[in-house]
Amino acid sequence: MQFFGGSDISPSPPAPTASGNNAHMIYVFNRNGVCLLYREWNRPLHTLNAQQDHKLMFGLLFSLKSLTAKMDPTSLDKGNLGVPQLPGQGCSFHSFRTNTYKLSFMETPSGMKIILITHPKTGDLRESLKYIYNLYVEYVVKNPIYTPGAPIRCDPSVYSSNQDPNATGDVVLKKF
Amino acid sequence: MAAIYSLYIINKSGGLIFYKDYGSAGRMDTNDSLRVASLWHSMHAISQQLSPTVGCLGIELLEADTFDLHCFQSLTGTKLFVVCEPGTQHMEGLLKVIYELYTDYVLKNPFYEMEMPIRCELFDINLSQAIQKDRVALLGR
Repeated sequence: MQFFGGSDISPSPPAPTASGNNAHMIYVFNRNGVCLLYREWNRPLHTLNAQQDHKLMFGLLFSLKSLTAKMDPTSLDKGNLGVPQLPGQGCSFHSFRTNTYKLSFMETPSGMKIILITHPKTGDLRESLKYIYNLYVEYVVKNPIYTPGAPIRCDPSVYSSNQDPNATGDVVLKKF
Repeated sequence: MAAIYSLYIINKSGGLIFYKDYGSAGRMDTNDSLRVASLWHSMHAISQQLSPTVGCLGIELLEADTFDLHCFQSLTGTKLFVVCEPGTQHMEGLLKVIYELYTDYVLKNPFYEMEMPIRCELFDINLSQAIQKDRVALLGR
């Protein structure tokens, strides 16, 4: 489990891994499985409606995590398969790849899950996910009118008074 | 040096037909390996549903904190997957070699019943050689 720097770190964009926008979707879930943010840039195929899709994604991550915790070949005591685990407990995973996409996953110590779906040839995106998490801390958690657990709305007018109006999540995410 | 931790082969309906451990800590019992195999079968299917574009064939590589899982699915739906150390190279090649051994020594065995657990001596012998060879190749680099 990675631990993140204090909130005094100002977000700075990570080195680009590839040129152009090769991201397909981003999902952000809180620890209860509520989808806080979903954006898609390039998704020709929709197999399910949005709500079902989010549920399926959360279920996939939850089950894959219990699978990796059980499979972990380096620990002796792995517990039983399917027992819910706290964030950071047990062996987790950071990405998987299929022939059409790559899913990068990060879970914060508070149980928030950030998922980025990109082109399968994309490199390691762990730094980018940390950067997105820093954006969340800076512009969502520190927003006084944000209710925890509510979907994130990137409204520039809300914090344009004391923050850079261009620093909304949407604008920054376009860099990926 | 243990480059490969374990090997699983599952049939097209998600049943475990072959499992071999090459030295992972805390061995899994039979029930757990069966559960893990069928869970992988479902995760593989769900990952195809969530694809942003058409033509997704399921997870090929899962990168966990302490291991990598490489999966190969044959045209008939049989899935082979190896659990290895993070960053181990040439696993796709090894999986294809193992699939070849499976077709040669399991499917061509007249006593083998399709979709049933694999108990073929020749397969076991050739498999252990293939894994050994792979280790030698890794050491030689």
